[in-house]
Amino acid sequence: MAAKSFMSARIRLHDRQYELNIFRSRAVFAGAVCVCIMLLLLGRLIYLQVVNHELFSTLSLNNRLQLKAIAPTRGLIYDRNGIVLAENRPMYLLEVTPEEVTDMEATLSGLSEVINLSVTDIERFRQFLRDKRKFEAVPLRFNLDETEVAHFAINRHRFPGVDIAARLTRYYPFGASMVHVLGYMGRIDQRDLDNIDESNYRATTHIGKLGIEQNYEAELHGTAGYQQVEVNVQGRVLRVVEENPPIPGKDLYLTLDIHLQQVAEEALGEESGAVVAIDPRNGAVRVLVSKPGYDPHDFVHGISNKEFNALQNSPMRPLFNRALTGQYPPGSTLKPILGLGALEESVEGIGERVHCRGYYRLAGDDRRYRDWKKQGHGSVDLSSAIEESCDVFFYDLAYRMGIDAMAAYLGQFGLGRMTGIDISGEKKGLIPTSNWKRERMGMVWFPGETLIAGIGQGYMLATPLQLAHAVAGLATGESHRPQLLAAMRAPGKETVPVTFSDTALIPVRRKENWRYIREAMEAVVHGKRGTARGAGFGAKYRFAGKTGTAQVISIAQDEEYDEEAIAKRHRDHAWFIAYAPAESPRLAIAVLVENGGHGSSAAAPVARKVFDRFFEMEAANVAH
Amino acid sequence: MLHTETQFIRGESFTRVIFRRLHLDPPLLLALLMLIGLGLTVLYSASGQSETMMVRQSIRLGVAFVVMLVFAQVPPHQLRMWSPWLYGLGMVGLLMVFYFGDVGMGAQRWLDLGFIRFQPSEVMKLIMPMTMAWYFAGKPLPPGFWRLLWAAILAMMPMVLIAKQPDLGTAVLVGSAGFVCLFLAGMRWRLIIAGGVAVMSLMPLLWHNMHGYQQRRVLTFINPESDPLGAGYHIIQSKIAIGSGGVYGKGWLNGTQSHLDFLPERTTDFIFSVLAEEFGLFGVLLLLTIYAFILFRSIRIAIRARDTYSRIVAGSLALTFFVYVFVNVGMVSGLLPVVGVPLPLVSYGGTSMVTLMAGFGILMSIGSDRRFSPG
Repeated sequence: MAAKSFMSARIRLHDRQYELNIFRSRAVFAGAVCVCIMLLLLGRLIYLQVVNHELFSTLSLNNRLQLKAIAPTRGLIYDRNGIVLAENRPMYLLEVTPEEVTDMEATLSGLSEVINLSVTDIERFRQFLRDKRKFEAVPLRFNLDETEVAHFAINRHRFPGVDIAARLTRYYPFGASMVHVLGYMGRIDQRDLDNIDESNYRATTHIGKLGIEQNYEAELHGTAGYQQVEVNVQGRVLRVVEENPPIPGKDLYLTLDIHLQQVAEEALGEESGAVVAIDPRNGAVRVLVSKPGYDPHDFVHGISNKEFNALQNSPMRPLFNRALTGQYPPGSTLKPILGLGALEESVEGIGERVHCRGYYRLAGDDRRYRDWKKQGHGSVDLSSAIEESCDVFFYDLAYRMGIDAMAAYLGQFGLGRMTGIDISGEKKGLIPTSNWKRERMGMVWFPGETLIAGIGQGYMLATPLQLAHAVAGLATGESHRPQLLAAMRAPGKETVPVTFSDTALIPVRRKENWRYIREAMEAVVHGKRGTARGAGFGAKYRFAGKTGTAQVISIAQDEEYDEEAIAKRHRDHAWFIAYAPAESPRLAIAVLVENGGHGSSAAAPVARKVFDRFFEMEAANVAH
Repeated sequence: MLHTETQFIRGESFTRVIFRRLHLDPPLLLALLMLIGLGLTVLYSASGQSETMMVRQSIRLGVAFVVMLVFAQVPPHQLRMWSPWLYGLGMVGLLMVFYFGDVGMGAQRWLDLGFIRFQPSEVMKLIMPMTMAWYFAGKPLPPGFWRLLWAAILAMMPMVLIAKQPDLGTAVLVGSAGFVCLFLAGMRWRLIIAGGVAVMSLMPLLWHNMHGYQQRRVLTFINPESDPLGAGYHIIQSKIAIGSGGVYGKGWLNGTQSHLDFLPERTTDFIFSVLAEEFGLFGVLLLLTIYAFILFRSIRIAIRARDTYSRIVAGSLALTFFVYVFVNVGMVSGLLPVVGVPLPLVSYGGTSMVTLMAGFGILMSIGSDRRFSPG
């Protein structure tokens, strides 16, 4: 008890000398422990370096066995007919091993006499030179052609340390036509490294960027192999001791048809635009064109900043994937869906005729909402309003239906969200609702905006892919996730078809409503007043469609839209959506022509050409 | 002018005055410079004579030196005042990393504040000794059981968060910084032994909480030959590199193990093996002598420091520095499992370089703190 009270008395005061003594003894003790550990380490090192030196020395001399990773061969990509869309071709490159070169400057200037070397080649080479180790071969020129290879071979004795190497690189036979579907292979960068298993990519230099190449990277890449090799003191491989070969990647078969793809691309001519065609029965994507494209090989071989900037700043915007990421006002292409919605939801007065005088007016509003046809369509019902694309009828319909009911019905056709196609980057478009506007802009929804939405303008946005998906839904009443992959084949195995999943049925209230709308769409193409009758003329089959126009600039109340006077880039975008044959749809299509003007003249003929070719091929297949 | 003259009269040279004014400790500074010089020499060979890497490393060293200079100017009593707040900030940082940190290279360590990206776990290496010293210096020593328990909890919290990132190496270093403080503060021997027993009995629990790759490392450590192409490969190749160096080494730039790609991570965690291969036992002795000198100079500063706070901070920084050396050299020579701790001030890269030099800045500030000098 006494001792304890003495202790607590001491604890209340800082006894500096006592604390210093504690610390000193502890520090000295710790120092002693450190000395012991130091001696332990030293002992360990003496054990390794002196006692066992001979053993490790021998091991090091015998340590000529190196484990080298071997890159697997990347899987090929075929279209549905088995035509190669992406393959691997040998590419010759000129490599320099710095250690073996006595005078680098002399070698470089000597080489430039034999082989064409650009300034960028030499700059890139110097950059590599700084980062690589002296005994590693550094690439100087990529992509030598055969004459260059031969030319160098003759002069090779003049350049010790310089050699030709061959590597497999990706080659796309259809080049720019397929780049928006396939993507391309590019050098692995820091961001890619975070997403891959580095041990599997140790020998791999390129990785899929964008499109199929990116989305199915895991399937296409395969599994790296290993090779145990014997090397000499310089690190040169003398012989292979053991090999664990790599497993090549899987070959992919796409749903896409390269013939149709090319027809669609040619049909667009010089215009920029997009064509998407889908089999409405299962969502298989037959055509996915975005024009213009760009040469994927520039990226495979390494694009310079200057070239990349030129692509990025080009007014044609070739890097922009219009089919997936181009969001345009859908225009009148929405009319059949909105009409169907109004029928199915039994919107009041939908069965009645409307008199079109060329404009529409809301009660208590002076503003005139104009029809594209200045003199008006006269008396129209829903069917003729679709056939002739009467705007006034749909202003009225929209006014009766209301924006939120319209948005809900459009949503059933996949508008306003991603379709889920199996390549990434897709945009989701926009179907506005009154809530959306309140949240996004903090403003109430105006009735006039509902009218504009009734003809697919205003805030409404959709991608060509979404509209192709939506028209496929109209054709069958089913909603399938669009899919590009049809089958896969592992090396040495059978081709395995992939399943098409995610089928949803669009609710049907009354079948007659659907038949009515489909007949109206058929009349667009084959009817006397159909807006696309020019495109339907002389067709050996019947198809159903709808034209549309996406406004690029808005026209003031008292202004006229004069196509001739307006600069090309301000002209309207032309739309056409369709499916064929009308009685049992097997192909649904959406065509967008940027600044094409009218859907009827610019877009519909493109769809017609694709359909013609499609039925031609079908007939040929049946004949076989 | 007059002032300087009196200095000369008292027998101090001009340079010494400058060192004193800048709060620098010349012997410690000299040892650090020698260490860095040796480190760069080895790195030049290990990197395959890469100019880019040499330039980058030199820039980092320059930055680290400036940081050291700055920290040397902060008097210890100010550090003490800031300690608890820094601990709070550090914990907030770690929690933020835990909930929404940047994931880089498979582990979540970085915190991006918009204008700066940093690793709170790295800063914790400095904050830990400061916090513990602050906690113990407040009341007379030696601390009782409950104070020790609280201190242990203060040390464990950041350690667990860092281990979860997962960054076992830093967790070990931060943890040891904390527990070294408990020891220096005078934790009783029987408690130390009891604590040791408790930790041992908790080992199985720790094992089950380890990531697969961490478990694999420990298993390979016990028997490296079990996995000669996988994780054990590192240790085997490193031992061959060290052992084949012998007494005199294979000569600078002549290490076959490192230059033929047998030695993995040769510029970072395994740079010691390159030194041992090329400079042999002599090179190793030189390196360890420099480290030992730095350690004992720092312990000397700790013992001569003027208050408990400074003593514990200095002592903990000195001993943690040594833990670095021990863990790294032990790891590459096959005495300890591979935990990913760099060789201090020699390994390439590293945020760790800046914190280490900041630590030496603090040590120098403590060493030159002569207000109310007890004489």
